[in-house]
Amino acid sequence: MIEPLLIDKSKKGRLAYCYPPLDLPRSFDHEFEHLPSHLQREGGARLPEVSELDVVRHFTRLSGMVHGVDNGMYPLGSCTMKYNPKLGEEIAQMAQFTQIHPLQDTSTVQGCLSVMYNLLEDLSSITGMSWGSLQPCAGSHGEYTGLKLIRSYFLKRGDLNRTKVLIPVSAHGTNPASAAVNGFDVVEVASNRKGLVDLDGLKSRLTDEVAALMLTNPNTLGLFEEDILKISEAVHEAGALLYYDGANLNAIMGKARPGDMGFDVLHLNLHKTFSTPHGGGGPGSGPVMVNDLLRPFLPKPDIVLREGGYAFDWDQADSIGKVSMFWGNFLVFLRAYVYILRMGSEGLRAAANHAVLNANYLAKKLKPYYEIPYTGGIMHEFVISVKNYKEQYGVTAEDFAKALIDEGYHPPTVYFPLIVDEALMIEPTESESLENLDAFIDAMIRIAKRAKSDPGSLKKAPISTPVGRLDQVKAVKEARVRY
Amino acid sequence: MIYPYIPHTDEDRAHMLEALGLSSIDQLFEVVGEDLLLEDSVPIAHRRTEDEVQRMIDSIAQRNIRGIPFLGGGCYDHIVPATVKALSSLPSFVTAYTPYQAEMSQGLLQAIFEFQSMICEITSMDIANASLYDGSHAIVEAALLMVNAKRGAKKVLVSETIHPFALKALKTWVLGTEYEIVLVEEKDGITDFSNLAIGDDVGGLIVQSPNRYGFVEDYTGMAELLHERKALFAISSDPLSLAIQKTPGQWGADIAIGDTQSLGLSLAFGGPSCGYMAVKQPLLRRIPGRLVGITADAEGRRGFTLTLQAREQHIKRERATSNICSNQALAALMTTIHLSSLGWNGMVEAARQSYAKAHYLAHHLGHLPGLDVLNAHPFWCEFPIVFHDAKRMRKFLQELRNEGIFAGVRLSALTRKSADELVLLVAVTEKRSREELEMYIAAAQRVMK
Repeated sequence: MIEPLLIDKSKKGRLAYCYPPLDLPRSFDHEFEHLPSHLQREGGARLPEVSELDVVRHFTRLSGMVHGVDNGMYPLGSCTMKYNPKLGEEIAQMAQFTQIHPLQDTSTVQGCLSVMYNLLEDLSSITGMSWGSLQPCAGSHGEYTGLKLIRSYFLKRGDLNRTKVLIPVSAHGTNPASAAVNGFDVVEVASNRKGLVDLDGLKSRLTDEVAALMLTNPNTLGLFEEDILKISEAVHEAGALLYYDGANLNAIMGKARPGDMGFDVLHLNLHKTFSTPHGGGGPGSGPVMVNDLLRPFLPKPDIVLREGGYAFDWDQADSIGKVSMFWGNFLVFLRAYVYILRMGSEGLRAAANHAVLNANYLAKKLKPYYEIPYTGGIMHEFVISVKNYKEQYGVTAEDFAKALIDEGYHPPTVYFPLIVDEALMIEPTESESLENLDAFIDAMIRIAKRAKSDPGSLKKAPISTPVGRLDQVKAVKEARVRY
Repeated sequence: MIYPYIPHTDEDRAHMLEALGLSSIDQLFEVVGEDLLLEDSVPIAHRRTEDEVQRMIDSIAQRNIRGIPFLGGGCYDHIVPATVKALSSLPSFVTAYTPYQAEMSQGLLQAIFEFQSMICEITSMDIANASLYDGSHAIVEAALLMVNAKRGAKKVLVSETIHPFALKALKTWVLGTEYEIVLVEEKDGITDFSNLAIGDDVGGLIVQSPNRYGFVEDYTGMAELLHERKALFAISSDPLSLAIQKTPGQWGADIAIGDTQSLGLSLAFGGPSCGYMAVKQPLLRRIPGRLVGITADAEGRRGFTLTLQAREQHIKRERATSNICSNQALAALMTTIHLSSLGWNGMVEAARQSYAKAHYLAHHLGHLPGLDVLNAHPFWCEFPIVFHDAKRMRKFLQELRNEGIFAGVRLSALTRKSADELVLLVAVTEKRSREELEMYIAAAQRVMK
């Protein structure tokens, strides 16, 4: 089952691709030798020399050793691994989009610009914000951009004192990391017993040094911050701004809007909520949406609709500038736009409804077998703790995860959020049918029983994969990261 | 009501609600509160069928106009073997996420390992990460690495000749931070190192070759100079150019960065592309983003896994080397398939033909009145021409456009400076046929005669 590295199949002289011969007058054929010798590369690079069929078999075999949403259920909490419609893939391969250069005259790219403009309009409606930028290439890139807007806003006001960002302990690791990259100091906010932001604790931290509070809502426990309007009021009274991490927007898409909750800026994950494929870890897209307060600071260029068509507008005096090379991950926008067109306003609501229904159904059915520490108002995901199993039978969250692999499932997110011991964070999404959920529940129950009757067998999992559990210490110690 | 991509029947919903002891889904949303719950759908259009969407997108696509692109400026129209699209579209690659669960992601991890290895081979470096967003992001991450790697470093020296958009992204990054970008001026289109001041507060120097004009720069002695002052040296390059030009590793750089768009990625209106970063061994624990390494299971079978994760945000949070989480995995896979198909010989051939064809066109344009080809420095596949007046430049662009040719990228479109308005960057790749080159030359001759 081990597929060799392609470089190890290399044979001198074998070709998988053949360029047409250079058909220039002979003097130009050797023109490259004119690059002065001290600027020339010395020696070659070891790349595979194989046939086209070798390449095809290699990557086809590798793809057989990957589990995607198309292979089976992927309840990876906070990642919203929903079905990625094939229509989006088909459209994203159209030459009328893939063969368009980013620096063509805008009169020749009206199609691309209209997709971007209309997507921004729809995203504004969905989030209740005034406008946004599609430039950020992933969620954390969106966080970086959103926090930069906040920074610029306070700089513009001459308020240099606001150097702190408040972040709940349950937040994604990208939140504090993005704050740090922007030069903010991170202050953690504790959760209360219900798993929500502790309002009094928050208020005590809202000094005049605080620039923003970053919140995910529903939070990473899958719970809606029911005090959100009070939180928003407190944050704004203290002169700070409210940031919405859109990782979990799928729970409320089309049902409630961050803008109405008082958020000043947010980022979305088109690769989660708007069903664009995750691609093995990107390309994603992390649009930033803002209210009127922050709109002047949005990245350049803006996309505008003028008489005569769509255009880029570079004339924004207070803009933070560019955050990516060109305009963002266009082919991802296209897929998200196609998804929104297919779903329509009612469909987006239905997606949120069924994502929440599925999570609650799973939680209810798993409750007799697993501890769910926070259950007050579960939305699209929930977190179970196998702490009891660890204490009694020595079986950890990782063991449960690996056992699920042998059942044919991608495991939930493990050991996150940090406020739950031995956590497994489960997000079924709206894509899974009742039958699929029931099968998953049965698998979870089987594993729970095995954890009690034969804990050793879980320690050996997975056994159905090309390799068993891997030695992480060895990987770090030897750090063999290239051939 | 049946919605696309949601499998629940009325019967399913009834069954699930009954299990939950509820009478409607709305009850699950009570916690959101009446104040916030929308009574109606958000004001976007109603759902459409697959056929309706296809027709609608078809008509939108008609509004994009394709031409024969002699356009570069950071995005190039190279030949891409058919294997790239076919294999990168395999559903499990497309619909998986970051390979956190190594045992069920071995194929993806191995492909990333091969990507890392190929980037190291091409740049002559020791360690490459699993990808970054794009070339501008790679430059920002390099700057971040520089100020983090050296105690007291607050400044990063950056050549004025790096891509104008990457420079803009760097300026955005330093906004509101304690860091500073110090520009190293250019002279006649290449970096002028004669007044380089490397103080204790300088983390390093970032340069680009081929630079924003397409010129290949000379970094003789730069690595030694920087290392003497404990500063790092980063070179940004179009990786395809490294098939023929001296590599960052061979210049003694500590960090190699760039964008792999020229290796298997389509133009795609500028995205997705794929940033890369490769470093020398001492920076192993400083490199941002995902890294895949080789290890073994209990039976000694070789396996791949994400490794050295103690650098990353999900472990280190605010103390991580970077905030990056998702990268551009599928785009990196496309580059891996592309390079696997080309092999070293193919890569050299693409770079060599691009070089020859660009020089062929430059040679012929050089004879025309009314414009100057700037070729005081060596270039690879892109070169600037300067028109003597704006009217003739407009006519040139329009006439070639009438022939179906996109003649070049206006430098001012990148720099947003009126001083650059008469400069046109012309890019020629191996994909441009002799016929297309002759069309360009003939049309240019007609306009400029």
